[in-house]
Amino acid sequence: MSEAAAQPPIERGGWSGVAWALRRDLRLALRSKAELGVQLLFYVVVVSLFPLGVGADPMLLRALGPGVLWVAALLASLLSLPRLFAADFADGTLEQIALSPYPLPALISGKILAHWLTTGVPLAALSPLLALQFGLDGSELVALAAGLVLGTPTLSLLGAIGAALTLGLRAGGALLALLILPLYVPILIFGAGAVEASRVGLAAGGELSVLGAALLVAAIGAPLASAAAVRIALD
Amino acid sequence: MRLSSINWFKFASPASFFPLAGHLARWFAVLAVPLAAAGLWLGLVVAPTDAQQGDAYRIIFIHVPAAWMSMFIYLVMAAWCALSLTLNARLSAMMAQALAPTGALFTVIALWTGALWGRPAWGTYWAWDARMTSELILLFLYLGYMALRHAIDEPRRADRASAVLALVGAVNVPIIYFSVKWWNTLHQGATVSLTAAPKMASIMLTAMLLMTFAAWFYAIAVAMVRVRAIILERERRTSWAGALAGAAR
Amino acid sequence: MLEAHDLAARRGDAQLFSGVSLSLGPGTALFVRGPNGSGKTTLLRILAGTTQAAAGRVLWRGEQVGPFHPALRASAVFIGHAPALKDELTAEENLASLATLHGAPAERAAVLEALNAWSLSRQRALPARVLSQGQRRRVALARLWLLSRPLWLLDEPATALDDAGQVTLRDALAAHLAARGIAVIATHQDLPVASGAHQSLLLA
Repeated sequence: MSEAAAQPPIERGGWSGVAWALRRDLRLALRSKAELGVQLLFYVVVVSLFPLGVGADPMLLRALGPGVLWVAALLASLLSLPRLFAADFADGTLEQIALSPYPLPALISGKILAHWLTTGVPLAALSPLLALQFGLDGSELVALAAGLVLGTPTLSLLGAIGAALTLGLRAGGALLALLILPLYVPILIFGAGAVEASRVGLAAGGELSVLGAALLVAAIGAPLASAAAVRIALD
Repeated sequence: MRLSSINWFKFASPASFFPLAGHLARWFAVLAVPLAAAGLWLGLVVAPTDAQQGDAYRIIFIHVPAAWMSMFIYLVMAAWCALSLTLNARLSAMMAQALAPTGALFTVIALWTGALWGRPAWGTYWAWDARMTSELILLFLYLGYMALRHAIDEPRRADRASAVLALVGAVNVPIIYFSVKWWNTLHQGATVSLTAAPKMASIMLTAMLLMTFAAWFYAIAVAMVRVRAIILERERRTSWAGALAGAAR
Repeated sequence: MLEAHDLAARRGDAQLFSGVSLSLGPGTALFVRGPNGSGKTTLLRILAGTTQAAAGRVLWRGEQVGPFHPALRASAVFIGHAPALKDELTAEENLASLATLHGAPAERAAVLEALNAWSLSRQRALPARVLSQGQRRRVALARLWLLSRPLWLLDEPATALDDAGQVTLRDALAAHLAARGIAVIATHQDLPVASGAHQSLLLA
């Protein structure tokens, strides 16, 4: 049964780690679909609250639209972040993940990717529909969706750092928001900026490139920082 | 005694650093007072009244040093955090913990004096200019650091988690600043930032530098006092701390 | 193969233990005993590499290993209090997933064999949510069947196990020791060991 003499290689390749985490987390998410639906519903409700708050003046709504849609996307992202690590932390799986021969940043990247696929992608897909409520059209919708597709992975990546830092803490959710929202500001600025650029007829390429660059930097840095934070939380 | 012959690492232990911190606190507090006095005298009394803004502009002698210190302290705090993670040193983490409230305080002072200046200078307390908005976000970063520390009961985990947070924040500060600046130029033509300050006569510059050094020495003194309290609280179970308490009784 | 010198541990401000040393060669089991709160779990977690010791060193195969050292992650299997099962996955899926996670992807047949060894064949397609405590513990321990790791670190493995389960555990441990493996087991009840050298460590 056990051959103590056999030695597995010391550290395994990263991509297999990403694949393991991605498959497992997707499978788990699909088995608790209710959670995903709730968060999407939250997005819809928040977006719909704004006209109720500021009035239905079409000019005003057009001006507010990009900002409102982006802020609501940020908040919906925040809502789903604790899900990333909390369940694994509670049932002891996170400890096993950290003890796996696969590199921890790779495993975390897989989890973040699964999180984005179940959170950010539906948000980005739904947003053009909601944007119609604010009188956005044509190129603005494209800029909005493209911005969200490029920006929501970064939201998941940065959010993972916060989720890992606040694992198991009492005021977890509110504290997570306080820690992460300042970091979200640049994404918000350039995401909403992309829509406004296309509104005045400029190509949104510049803003989208910034979002893309931010994504690259976050994709490298955030798993490393999250891995450090997870190990600290498990100590 | 040559500098290189002093065993600096001796001071890496909280027990040896404790008395040194007390001395440093006294010296820097004593130095801060005349600097502040000179700076305030130059700025409030000697510097000429501005043609456009009258005497209201004088608040910059508090506003600008406070803003500079708020950013400087964050960098120093992040540096201590980096040290504490790489060297696994408790004292470095305690230094960061001691600096944070002072940094937050300077941020609040900068925001408050900025608002007070804004009213007479351009008619509104808060104009969403790039610098003030970035300063506000910096305040959130400080508060987040302090909140995270406070939320974690276990001291070592609190040290390390807040250190990671401070470093992530430090990396993001320039990114946030440039995004906000970009956002500001996009949405508001008028620059209502520091460039609206009156042209700097050399005497004003001197006054601001004096106030900055005064603020810096004040910050060191306060941080030393605070770190002593932190050391005592966290090392209370050790024998040297007990002896100190016993002697004081 | 596994050595520790002068380990000390703190939790918060309180000192849990200090000056703990051990030296285990192949085929040896170490039973760590002590009252609740004496640091048994902490010691195991230091050896597993999830917790940093306040002082002291751990050496695995002569190499000093700190927290999350790759050599430990490849050579040890740590089964703590929490069975590390996902409620939404079946027993079979949980085992397969954990095996792949630890770098030893298992064929379906092997997974079923492992479940069978721990008398879980009938529960293999049930979600972990509906399993009893004892059954969850068995699924967790079934991991040992699939991973060929030289070092076992088990924290109170006999908890919630019935007599049959304890027999299976004893046999698994004996086979592991016979194959020159090492085991460190924290327990507050006597675990019968059929063969192999074993040491005892009492944390006061």
